[in-house]
Amino acid sequence: MNHTIRVPINTDKDIVAARQKGRALALSLGFSEIDSTLVATAISELARNIVTYAKRGEIRIEADGNSKGPCILVIAKDKGAGISNIKLALQDGFSTSGSLGLGLPGVKRLVDEFEIVSNVGKGTVVKFRKWKT
Amino acid sequence: MQTDVVSGIIVHLRRAMVERVVIARSLGVIIDVTAMDIMDSFASRTLREIAQMIRLRGAETVIVGIQPEVAFAMVQLGITLEGVVTALDLEEGLNYLKQKFNSSA
Repeated sequence: MNHTIRVPINTDKDIVAARQKGRALALSLGFSEIDSTLVATAISELARNIVTYAKRGEIRIEADGNSKGPCILVIAKDKGAGISNIKLALQDGFSTSGSLGLGLPGVKRLVDEFEIVSNVGKGTVVKFRKWKT
Repeated sequence: MQTDVVSGIIVHLRRAMVERVVIARSLGVIIDVTAMDIMDSFASRTLREIAQMIRLRGAETVIVGIQPEVAFAMVQLGITLEGVVTALDLEEGLNYLKQKFNSSA
């Protein structure tokens, strides 16, 4: 299945749009209510990070998979300031914006595969996969 | 507010709630989040702030209606809403407040 959804992320409304599209795609692939909610929550966190830290970016949601079954691939991309210490950003409780600071480690727990690449001054790309169980 | 909660709305809610508590001299506030499809760290932090502000005004907040799958995702995410009273639904929330006010009267 080749189905890619691109949601530009600039405002709070875009955060809602992205997570709703993610949930709809998850449900259409046969994900359970719980797993669809996990996908929607993870997208919401990443989209929130874009609005808070980078101001603008994009979330790409794709139906993916292999012989094991379908999965959802989400790529959150921004051209913001980047994260200088990814190790620190992946620790529970770390935040530079006074938020709860459990965004990234929390997202990592919600999904099956998690990857982050960040370049200071260039931006951040966070990629995750959630498989249908 | 029966809508998919845009974070702008929840921030607006924060101000409206606190103003309301002041004007009405409320003792108890129930926030029903049944309509919320997810609760991310931003939404939960804002709810917690609302509850804390209301507590400083001498009133009590009860969050009701967290859906099962939302609760599941919250725990995975690491959100506990610690220090905030929660109840199953509106009825349970009202019962909680009634009991509390009866016992303190």
